[in-house]
Amino acid sequence: MLYEYGHIGILVLIALIFPIGALATSWALQFVNIRPTSKPDVVRDDIYECGLRTEGPSRVQFNFRFYYIALLFVLLDVEIVFLFPWALVFDDVGWVGYGKGMLFIGTFVIGGVYAWRKRALEWRL
Amino acid sequence: MTTFLATDNWYDLRDLANLSREILEAADKILPFGVVYVLAAVIGFVASFLIFVLPSQLFVGVYGERKLIGRIQSRYGPNRVGPFGLLQPIADAIKLMQKEALTPTRSDRLVMYVAPIFFVAPAVLLFAVIPFGPNMVFADIPVSLMYFLAISSLPVLANFMAGWSANNKYSLFGAIRIVAMTISYETPLVMSLLGAVVISSTLSLQGMVLWADEYKIWLGLVQPLALVIYFICVSAELNRTPTDIAEAESEIVAGYLTEYSGMKWGLFYGMDIGYALAASAFAATVFLGGWTLFGLEKWVPPWIIFIGKTHLFYALFIWTRGTLPRLRSDQLMAFAWKFLLPLALFNLFIVVTERMIWSEEGYDKAYIYLFAIFNILVSGLLVFAWARFNGYRPDDVPTRPRLVKEARGYVPLGENE
Repeated sequence: MLYEYGHIGILVLIALIFPIGALATSWALQFVNIRPTSKPDVVRDDIYECGLRTEGPSRVQFNFRFYYIALLFVLLDVEIVFLFPWALVFDDVGWVGYGKGMLFIGTFVIGGVYAWRKRALEWRL
Repeated sequence: MTTFLATDNWYDLRDLANLSREILEAADKILPFGVVYVLAAVIGFVASFLIFVLPSQLFVGVYGERKLIGRIQSRYGPNRVGPFGLLQPIADAIKLMQKEALTPTRSDRLVMYVAPIFFVAPAVLLFAVIPFGPNMVFADIPVSLMYFLAISSLPVLANFMAGWSANNKYSLFGAIRIVAMTISYETPLVMSLLGAVVISSTLSLQGMVLWADEYKIWLGLVQPLALVIYFICVSAELNRTPTDIAEAESEIVAGYLTEYSGMKWGLFYGMDIGYALAASAFAATVFLGGWTLFGLEKWVPPWIIFIGKTHLFYALFIWTRGTLPRLRSDQLMAFAWKFLLPLALFNLFIVVTERMIWSEEGYDKAYIYLFAIFNILVSGLLVFAWARFNGYRPDDVPTRPRLVKEARGYVPLGENE
């Protein structure tokens, strides 16, 4: 069975060779005379922001509500990771395990309802 | 794994694993173990590449999609290169290959080149666990569903690398939008898959196919709501057109791809299709019964059935892409958190309860059909009830005049009866 994981390891190498090969071919084709030779050009090599000169730094501030989304995601993703083993053992745990799982989901539901009531999911203030 | 088709002859095209096993056994007699081990992986890769990935990518993903979208939008689509424009994908590939890949001077050069590589590699890895046939799995690992979910959440990192490294405001906004959207839709997606895991009680994709074969019903029929949620979520995660706010050309030039050109852009574009195909293959395996088709798989090669199902699911992506308008960013987030996630939780609650009742009754086959009918009815009810709870009132939507002449009260002379 563990041999199968080794095959995935070999596939990782193949998967990396494929895009690197494509980029390398694209890079190597500049030495073949099929496209116009490119000279360094200040305007052409500049950042494209609809044709205007870029003003100020590019890493600007963005909406803080993205952090709310990220926090909720962390809360929920951890929960889901714990739910996967639970989903596989119903025959062993019976109704008690069922109730405990529901309790576990219920804690998230309370948190989610709280976030909703606190307007963490709204994008207009 | 299973001796499902009973024959072991190498010329039995219904299961190509027989042929590769014969080759490996022959190689085992003359070559050392390590070489045979690597050879097995290479054969598996080449076979899945030749029968599925390459033809699907080029002729369904690029040509078929553009042709179908063209017909939906009342135009012809590609019809110049080769017969019926069939050589268009190859022409595109050559064009991208020879184009100059610009890198802005102020951007982060290394990360900008690494991002497409990181974007492509997971797409190839995703196909490792997809079962094409009874024995045709590249790596038949027992937790293949978790593997698929883990790998399919990697490309968003590459997207963010691409957006951040370009040093462009539009790229940054696109990158942040795609991260926010992916993590928003990840949760309902995994919740919906949890329903499928609960009812089939396995994490192996091959196991799910065998479950569907044993009970003669698709998981998509037992879990219709999960199938719909999966489709919507994966369509958002793949960043396809009704939900492609991360590269919305009317808002932020091309999002995280603004500074990309040539082959660097080509890898992103090509692998978007690769991810869509992988997601379709995954959906076909989990929800649509994989390579089984109610007994037909004994006569038709199972991998052809599987590829057909995958492309049917992929056609749904093309259909939504061609017909639905783009949603707004905040609407998309709200849809994930306020609509899909509670529905996924309801669905999980229902399916877990059903699973408990089912195990009390000793896994009677009749119950599964009962659950399927019940779930289909309850899913429809739930969607409408939850929509009304969220403020959807179909009667309140103002009816607009359908035709111009209704709006203006003007009747042309020729139509005056």
